[in-house]
Amino acid sequence: MIKVESISKSYQATKALNRISFEVTQGELFGLIGPDGAGKTSLMRILMTLLVPDEGKASMSGLDVVRDYKQIRQLVGYMPGRFSLYQDLSVEENLEFFATVFGITIAENYELIKDIYVQIEPFKKRLAGKLSGGMKQKLALSCALIHKPEILVLDEPTTGVDAVSRKEFWEMLKKLQQQGITILVSTPYMDEASLCDRVALMQKGEVMEIDSPARIVENYTRTLLAARSDNMNRLIQDVRNWDEVESAYAFGQFIHVTPKRNEMEAVELEKFLMTQKHEKLQVNEISPGIEDVFMALMKEKE
Amino acid sequence: MKTPVISVKNLVKKFGSFVANDHLTFDVYRGEIFGFLGANGAGKTTAMRILCGLSAPTSGELMVGGYDVYSQTEQIKRNIGYMSQKFSLYEDMTIAENIRFYGGIYGLSVKERKAKEEVLLSKLSLQGERDKLIASLPLGWKQKLAFSVALLHDPQIIFLDEPTGGVDPITRRQFWDFIYEASADGKTIFVTTHYMDEAEYCDRVSIMVDGRIAALDTPEKLKKQFEAADMNEVFLKLARKAKATE
Amino acid sequence: MNRFWGFVKKEFYHIFRDARTMIILFGIPIAQLLLFGTVITNEIKDAHIAIYDQSKDEVTQEITTKLLSSGYFVLDQYLESTADIEAIFKKGKVREVLVFEAGFAQSLEKEGKAKVQVIADASDPNVGKLLANYTSGIINDYMLKEMGEMQLPMQIKPEVRMYYNEGLESVHMFVPGIMAMILMLISAMMTSISITREKELGTMEILLVSPLRPVQIILGKVAPYLGLSIINAVVILLIGHWVFGVPIAGSWVLLMLESILFILMALCLGILISTMAKTQMVAMFISMIALMLPTILLSGFIFPIENMPVPLQILSHAMPPRWFIVILKNIMLKGTGLLYVWKETLILLGMAVLFTAIAVKKFKTRLE
Repeated sequence: MIKVESISKSYQATKALNRISFEVTQGELFGLIGPDGAGKTSLMRILMTLLVPDEGKASMSGLDVVRDYKQIRQLVGYMPGRFSLYQDLSVEENLEFFATVFGITIAENYELIKDIYVQIEPFKKRLAGKLSGGMKQKLALSCALIHKPEILVLDEPTTGVDAVSRKEFWEMLKKLQQQGITILVSTPYMDEASLCDRVALMQKGEVMEIDSPARIVENYTRTLLAARSDNMNRLIQDVRNWDEVESAYAFGQFIHVTPKRNEMEAVELEKFLMTQKHEKLQVNEISPGIEDVFMALMKEKE
Repeated sequence: MKTPVISVKNLVKKFGSFVANDHLTFDVYRGEIFGFLGANGAGKTTAMRILCGLSAPTSGELMVGGYDVYSQTEQIKRNIGYMSQKFSLYEDMTIAENIRFYGGIYGLSVKERKAKEEVLLSKLSLQGERDKLIASLPLGWKQKLAFSVALLHDPQIIFLDEPTGGVDPITRRQFWDFIYEASADGKTIFVTTHYMDEAEYCDRVSIMVDGRIAALDTPEKLKKQFEAADMNEVFLKLARKAKATE
Repeated sequence: MNRFWGFVKKEFYHIFRDARTMIILFGIPIAQLLLFGTVITNEIKDAHIAIYDQSKDEVTQEITTKLLSSGYFVLDQYLESTADIEAIFKKGKVREVLVFEAGFAQSLEKEGKAKVQVIADASDPNVGKLLANYTSGIINDYMLKEMGEMQLPMQIKPEVRMYYNEGLESVHMFVPGIMAMILMLISAMMTSISITREKELGTMEILLVSPLRPVQIILGKVAPYLGLSIINAVVILLIGHWVFGVPIAGSWVLLMLESILFILMALCLGILISTMAKTQMVAMFISMIALMLPTILLSGFIFPIENMPVPLQILSHAMPPRWFIVILKNIMLKGTGLLYVWKETLILLGMAVLFTAIAVKKFKTRLE
């Protein structure tokens, strides 16, 4: 459905995208995972025909993003990063406006947005600017879906949104996917990667890895140890200062440690930390998460 | 033994008939990293603004850094530092110009400021870059610099409003190293975040739901109390409960 | 078509829900009109003059009477020598002195010309200028009536527009100016702001990726403001006519058509501005500095074009309001038809076409 071939894009001196290639198949939920400045927005804007790439080709549903931009605009739904609805229009008026823009009525495609829209329908007379964050998002999604697009492109829909609303949003996306819509979504939250079928890990305009979240984790061969003690601050300093350790990062209540030797076992680290007089020590070997892999890939690139 | 730096008793803030903060009561102690969590629209920003002296409470007793929020907002502003992800430094000014500007705002003498500037730049090993525009720096640098600048006038308390949003995972962690360091220096850190793993790094965490503080304790105890594996689960349980009763 | 009306409806929501927009649209024009009208009429009323009549004949008497009966001048005193002139100005009360040469009537009869000197107190240059203009207007008017078509070279260069403003009500002169200014402000500034606002809010991104064509977006933006500006034009004309008694000698239909043409031109200019500006602030500044100031300063609204330095005179040709003001004055005050203003109309039309062409060309279907 979406095909990106060696796309590059620069703004003056900075290279926003450097030879990006990937494909998204029909009905897939594909995630672009990366921090700000990774090039996610630029890439999405190119696909949405809002920007022209410097090099490379891209197509949506077989249509070229530069040449056939008019047709693409008919069949793709887009939700930009910022909340971009009319704040001085009510919920209902916003939806109505976007329906007329696409030359349809709300009733025609109501089935598709029903699940989402019923949640905000009680507030349909309220101005969009007065909605809470989660409700704004639902409205924006309803508006992006009103013309029944084949492809849905969402630029950081969950940024700055609390954990509960994020969870709900992903549940909505899953439902849409079941209705056959191809979804391309970007996010800076690494933990959301596991909710996608496949992801591209992006950093500084480059794709570091593309695969299913499970395989990305599987393919990571380095040993990873998790450690905690009663003094986490000192723990992390001590681990970092040990010359057997390549890197150590805080991960919630644990520290994730990558040893230099792949064969190192948890007990070795534990022994070392005991010599440093740490108490309530807990060290295990763990399987990595997407974030561990992302960080390792980042380091490799540097 | 523990001295409260921020003391809030029965804080109420209303906007018309809407109650944004409904009788908040909590203390933040010296040197503590205090996580201030909550769903969007739960009233975090409102409370934070009041604590920074930017907005007056409707009622309640509040002391920040030993000063009264109603009558001593000027002193409060001198004793706090503030940094948010959105606004921190002027992009079209150089590193040195930004430092000088903020030093000027807080009334540092030229001598003081110069000394601080040197310490700050050498700590970040940015001596060679002082004449570079902020816009040309990588995000990670900008953030560390913004944090250091917020500390320039030696405030007792630093308010961080979603300081790590959209930042890559390595930079995010390096930023927390900075927070720990400042806390070890006796600074009190008051931080909001949407990353639940970061909630684990805080000494104590308060979770706001619908204008009230629904939970406040160390991450350890909260997890025990809510029988959750991590803070994310604690948060979801609390916020879900609120939704159910809505 | 449905899309278009949907768009227009949305624009009206924006306009009617924003109190500030409504004030700019309707409050400011009316306030400005009333303010300027009152201030300008009062400024010139009962200006004290002195006359040094070296001739004291029939003609000078008649001119004096005519001046004093105009309602703008009050005779302070007759002077007896040139030395008195400076003295009386120093007192500050008298703002203008008229000096008729000796043997005024004879030389007018024999040589077909006579000299009258108008000396105005220029400590307030605008008022001085205005008084001198009025005086020469009245004198010319007298000449025309009394002497027929005979061309009389006078020391004061006659102001052409004075001929047709017999009552010399100053309000008459400024209504066209105010109208040009207000229509320019509302049409150009409001459209440019409303388009840039969508850019700022990020909604433009959504509009661009929708099947709406740029022309549809532009028309949808322009239509509501066209309607509102027309209402505004009517309101200004009505207030001018009923409150300040400005005559509308020519055809109302032609007047409205010309106004619509000018509004369209201004709307296109607004769109052009919005293609250049990224934020509402920038759009506002460009509208203010690039449109408002020239409208006020260079269109002949306040400062007569003939008195400007040559470079500014040339520049004033590029100012659309200049042509519109000429058209308005012709239709309203002279009562002439299209036959006399076709040239100005064509110029405005040309400008409108030019601005539209550039705006459509520059309006991007993408973000870059």
